[in-house]
This record gives sequence, C-alpha cells and structure tokens, in this order.
Amino acid sequence: MRTTVPVVIAFLSGLVLAVSIFFRPDKTIIGQIEPEILVWVTIVGGFTLFLGAVSITRVNFNTVRRRKKGWGYSLLTLISVFVMALPSLLPSSWSPLFGDAEGSIYDWLFQYLDKPMMATMFGILAFYIASAAYRAFRARSAEATILLLTATLVMLWRVPMGEAFLRSIHVALPELINTYVMNGVNMAVQRGIIIGAALGAASMSLRIILGIERTYMGKG
Amino acid sequence: MLKNFKIILIPITVFFLFLFLTVEPVLAQGGEESAFRLERINALVFVLVFSAAVLLYTRWAKQGKTLFVRKIPGIDAVEEAVGRATEMGKPVLFIPGLQELDDIETIAAISILGRVAKITAQYETPLLVPVRYPLVLAAGQEVVEQAYTEMGKRDFYNRDIVRYVAGEQMAFTSTVNGMMMRERPAANIFMGAFFAEALLLAETGNAAGSIQIAGTARPEQLPFFIAACDYTLMGEELYAASSYLSKEPLMLGGLKGQDFIKVIIIILILIGVILVSFDVGDWYYKLFKMA
Repeated sequence: MRTTVPVVIAFLSGLVLAVSIFFRPDKTIIGQIEPEILVWVTIVGGFTLFLGAVSITRVNFNTVRRRKKGWGYSLLTLISVFVMALPSLLPSSWSPLFGDAEGSIYDWLFQYLDKPMMATMFGILAFYIASAAYRAFRARSAEATILLLTATLVMLWRVPMGEAFLRSIHVALPELINTYVMNGVNMAVQRGIIIGAALGAASMSLRIILGIERTYMGKG
Repeated sequence: MLKNFKIILIPITVFFLFLFLTVEPVLAQGGEESAFRLERINALVFVLVFSAAVLLYTRWAKQGKTLFVRKIPGIDAVEEAVGRATEMGKPVLFIPGLQELDDIETIAAISILGRVAKITAQYETPLLVPVRYPLVLAAGQEVVEQAYTEMGKRDFYNRDIVRYVAGEQMAFTSTVNGMMMRERPAANIFMGAFFAEALLLAETGNAAGSIQIAGTARPEQLPFFIAACDYTLMGEELYAASSYLSKEPLMLGGLKGQDFIKVIIIILILIGVILVSFDVGDWYYKLFKMA
C-alpha cells in the first residue's frame, strides 16, 4: 500500500501533465490541469513550511541544550528565527512594528541585516573564484595548459582594457574569440551537455511515471 | 551489424514519415485553432519514439539480455568516500541541491540519497543532510528512514539526519559552510540543482579537506564543481546515478534506451548540418520547430 498508492499517483499526475501540454487551456479541461496542479503544489508547500520550522527549532534547540560544538551559532539561529517570524505574524493593527509593512520589525531586519548579509555572501564569491581558478589553471598537463590559455584570452576579451590590448594585436581578435571560443567550442559543449541532461531527465521522468524507478521513495 | 542498423533506421524512417504527414499540413493550414495543439505534433512524435525506445530496452533487460553500461568513476567513488568517512570516524555531508521537490534534479538527488544512506547505514557512518525546502525535508527523511530500515539499522536512524536549515540561498550556504568547517565531514556529496552557491560550498569543502563528489545538470555550474571537487557527474550522469548504483537490469534498460535516442539525435544533427551547409535546410528546420 505504501508503495502502490504513490506509484499510482505519480503515474496519473505524470501522464495527465504530459498529455496536457498538447491541448489548449482555453478549449479543454485537460489543458487547464497544469496551472491548477501548480496551485496545489504551492498550497502543499505552504503547509510543509511548518515542518521546516519544527525541524530548525528542534535541531538547534538540541544543540544548545547539549552544549554541542558551535552551540552559540544555534542559539543565534533560534533567536533570529523567532525575532524575525513572531512580529511579522502579529497583526499590524496592534502596532506599526508588527506585520511585514515598511517600518515594521520584520522589514527593518530584512532591509538592514538580511539583505546586506546575503550581498556579502555573494560578494565573497569573487575570492572563491580566484582560489578555484588558481588551482584549475595550473599548467600541469596539456589539457590544463589549453584551459589556461583559453581562459586568459576570454578573460582579456571580457574586460575593456584587455579588449583594447587584443585589438592592438589584431583588430578582429576579440570577434574571433567570440566566434570560435564562446559561440563555437564552448556553445557546442554546453549544448551537448544540455541535450544529454534533457534526455536523462526525460528518461528518469518516464521511469518514475511507469513505476520502474522507485528509488525516490527509498524503494528498490 | 545489419541488425543494429535496422534498429536505428526503422525509428528514423517512422519519425520522418510522421513529421511529413502531420507537421507540413498543419503549417500549411496557417494555424487554424483546434483543441489539440497540432503545432506540437513533432514533440508528441518525439515523446512516442523516445518512450518506445526506453520501454523496448527495458523489456530486453527484463528478458535477461546483457546491457553494457560504461563505468562512471564519480558514482563508483561514492562508496570509497563513505569508506573514508568510516575510517576517519567523521560524517558524510549530502546536499540534494537547492531546488524544490518538483525539480527533476532534486528527485534524482533524493534517489541518490537513498543509495548513500544505505551505505552509511551499513557502515554505521554519521550522515548529515541539510535541505532548503520543507518538501525536500519530508521526502529526504522518508528515503533515509527507509534506507536505514532496509539495512537493519533502524536504531541508528535519527530524524535530524535530514534537517531544514534555511529557506534563503545564501543563508543556507553560510549555514552549510559553517557546518563543514566545524564538523569537518570526511566526504561532501553535492547532487542536484545548484546556482551561485556551488563554488562557495565546494571551495569551503575543499578547504576543509573533504573528499568531494558533485553532480549537476546545470552547465554553468559544472566548471566550478570540476575545479573544486574530486569527482563530478555531468548532466545526464546525475540522472543515471540511481540506476547505475541499483545495478538492476530493469533500470539500466532505461539508460540504454536513452543512449539509443542520443544516436538518433546525433544522426539528425549531422543531417541538419549538411542541409544547412548547402542552404537547403529550411524545410528541415521547420520540422523541429515547436510552437
């Protein structure tokens, strides 16, 4: 029963959604099913948010209670979750600090703490790219050397000063890099990967719809 | 050889016959609307041919025909990575991507998680699975619990193995990075859909000295994983991983069907290249254009 019911649901949902793209939504009921099911997914997702809140509270509360390594971070997480969530759940008619409108506690925390922290994390990416590039571009083999040379050319072409330098060598050099490296070799490889991935996704979907693949339920 | 040639030629002939009989008359009608989207008939033909190929190979596999599947080092390395974690007495960190459960990459990742959980259960190695969405949390907990139960290690299962850490992309990343630096997992496995955080996660794992296996179908993130991880599953390998790990002939049949369609696509691309090179490819292009 625990296996059969999900397999039947997966079969019916997959089949209906696959068939619905071949019918016009304004002329048939089956064509309207896809947007309808997406609404259901959103509703189910909303309910499961409670599961997430329970999980984050339990894991961090246990870490704090048992004084595990890094318990201070868990305490900070718990405080952040509740300080951010509780005032936003209270009605704004009680106080302008409640709710999620401009000037509320939630809005203040989001604008002046959350957003800058997210931007900082994103900004750190530049340093990570530098360290990864250093490792990847070391000319240890013929392939790595080709990668190093190609990457150097592309990086030069992408910055105005580098482009000016390339143009001083030959006026058409930046266009040649664009045509042969980016729109040629690079795009061909990317498309190869995309076609393979799309077929893999389609094959896996088919296996799930037909009940051949049940590993996503922990079976098989 | 002749038999293989026939296997390839027959579906191609059927494919083209369908296209000529259906697409051209529809295009000539000038888009007269019916309930059925006739302009998508080429996609329907492709779906039917693709499904037929997958089912045919699955049937052959069921009948006991030996199917060769090439070795995928990244997937073979999963067991080695868990073994290393067991020897070191450190946990295995598994991240099933940063997309919702309705994304096929996440479903593939959850399938792989089931296999990894079986290995960690067998060796009694701690497993950590931080997730970004509550639906993925529910699915992940179910799969991991099932894996531990199947391996007879139900006592080692803990509901907090799969844990929700944050809904925001960078909040999730900073939490997991902190986890990597504090817990120092012996192995990090990144499977599924990743975005800007791919390199942040993989570089931190690299700095923490973990063996790293990544798999994603997003070409824009692959270079980052290749630079920072020990093994990377590219595109279709991610979807093949669960079948490959299961070693079940029935599931391997699906992979062979997929490979067969790839051969057809390569032939179709070559025909297109030749036709376009001689400037007579307009009709051919229209056959594949989907509205």
